[in-house]
Amino acid sequence: MTGKDLPALNIADLQFLLRRRQVSPREVLDALQARIEDVDGEINAYLSLDFEAAAKEAEKANIDLPLGGVPIAIKDIINVAGQPCTCASKILHGYRAPYDATVIRKLRAAGAIPFGKTNMDEFAMGSSTENSAIKLTHNPWDLSRVPGGSSGGSAAAIAADEAFGALGTDTGGSIRQPAALSGVVGFKPTYGRVSRFGVVAFASSLDQVGPVTKIVRDSALIMNAIAGHDPQETTSLNQPVPDYTAGLGTDLRGVQLGLAKEYLIEGTDPQIKAAINAAVKHMTSLGAEIIDVSLPHTDYATAVYYILATAEASANLARFDGVRCGYRAENPKDLLDHYGRTREEGFGPEVKRRIILGTYVLSSGYYDAYYLRAQKVRELIRQDFAKVFEKVDALISPTSPMPAFKFGERTANPLQMYLADIFTSPANLAGICGISVPCGFADVDGHRLPVGLQLLGKALDEARILQIAYAYEQSTEWHKVRPPMAAAMHKA
Amino acid sequence: MAKTSNLDVAYVARLARLDLTNAEIELFEKQLGDVLRYAEKLREVDVSHVEAAAHAVPIFNVFREDEPRDWFTAKQALSNAPRQANGLFIVTKVVE
Repeated sequence: MTGKDLPALNIADLQFLLRRRQVSPREVLDALQARIEDVDGEINAYLSLDFEAAAKEAEKANIDLPLGGVPIAIKDIINVAGQPCTCASKILHGYRAPYDATVIRKLRAAGAIPFGKTNMDEFAMGSSTENSAIKLTHNPWDLSRVPGGSSGGSAAAIAADEAFGALGTDTGGSIRQPAALSGVVGFKPTYGRVSRFGVVAFASSLDQVGPVTKIVRDSALIMNAIAGHDPQETTSLNQPVPDYTAGLGTDLRGVQLGLAKEYLIEGTDPQIKAAINAAVKHMTSLGAEIIDVSLPHTDYATAVYYILATAEASANLARFDGVRCGYRAENPKDLLDHYGRTREEGFGPEVKRRIILGTYVLSSGYYDAYYLRAQKVRELIRQDFAKVFEKVDALISPTSPMPAFKFGERTANPLQMYLADIFTSPANLAGICGISVPCGFADVDGHRLPVGLQLLGKALDEARILQIAYAYEQSTEWHKVRPPMAAAMHKA
Repeated sequence: MAKTSNLDVAYVARLARLDLTNAEIELFEKQLGDVLRYAEKLREVDVSHVEAAAHAVPIFNVFREDEPRDWFTAKQALSNAPRQANGLFIVTKVVE
């Protein structure tokens, strides 16, 4: 194995070499830097890199730690001390994080090395990463298409072998959907399982941090490092953290998988339907039992999600006022002009759209009709899942109704873009956990575009979801197929 | 539920301290009108016996020990201020 081949490794295989002293953390980091310099001009996965700071960490890395010497890419919504944290927004231009988020502190304690910040939709609002105010990230499977979003930079970096593992955030599918569209693994933990302290808030009742990786085992390894109670966050669950790798390798005999009829909707791409049907059949052959179930309020989830998420966002984003950090309008004539122009000039179109919608649904006279009603329907959606999880271990569905789409294809109509979250946002509303794993390809215009299989589990059942996803992944070859550009560049 | 024609973007933008351009106001009125019409489907749901869920996990009254601990220095807190002087944030003039 030469340095050139190292970036293609997953975390588990990389650790095998590190622990046998066949490669040093510094050599790993240098190989990754070379890979990023080679390909990121085409992919644009990263917003900032600091290999100088990372090299110092690598020199003193303790490889016996659970993630010792493993570089991890971080979505640019998570504070890493001394690094920019732009949320891909002009309004945070020039901001440097004065502290580490709890997840970063935990990753460092496990020996991992943060080295770069990945692109995203501005403030995590979007499903294509096209809402980044800084750059467009390209899908490594077809450079004319989006990587999904909002954690599109993290997903594209993993797909293009520009990272061994990454962190993303998932408010309505922002880890799982880009993982599906980019052909990698994305895991959304239970609400409260992973601390959000130091993560810029979008919708506080929905946001959750999780891993984006090449294989399921790597997600389990990262979860082992980042999960757990944080006294600095009131919504953090004070529950013991199991070893998420312990159950990997258990087979699917006796596992009951639910297939919700509401998830078999018109408008799902036929090739995605075919891939999911094949995956369901495959799971059966591995011993799983398939049970038809119903989640009757599914059709309301997107409406509920966009009312609650925008309402919370409008409140959270009120803190960007041009006083304490970030962008500030020039020569304001008074305080209202200062606020109004700072925010008009600093926020991009999708963020403004959502602030308006969120402010409207919270405003006097409309609160009961929209916000309060949405909270009640949310409770019904939560109850739907609770009932179904009395009968099954996990739910199985597509992650996204469509494969990666072209730049600009869905930006003109925000509602169409919002419907991209139809299979993912219910899990955030219910606070449960879920994963997307590669399960096949759709052939579109001569390109093979990845398809993701979503598995949803009840709250705090991460270990079981990872176990089922691992059993599926390891008995298929999908995760071994590399994007054509990644494969070609490794040969070159 | 209110009719979507009641969405006055210019008024809401003032509440949100966002100086939108006229072009943005017009565009958002149309786009968010579509979203609000879509959201009207929530009227179909019987929620008369449902309690609102603020979030999915029932956690209430979270306290931690009230102990002093190290946190930001004033210098760190000011490190990202667009304007500062004498260890203070400079705010645009509020009183005449």
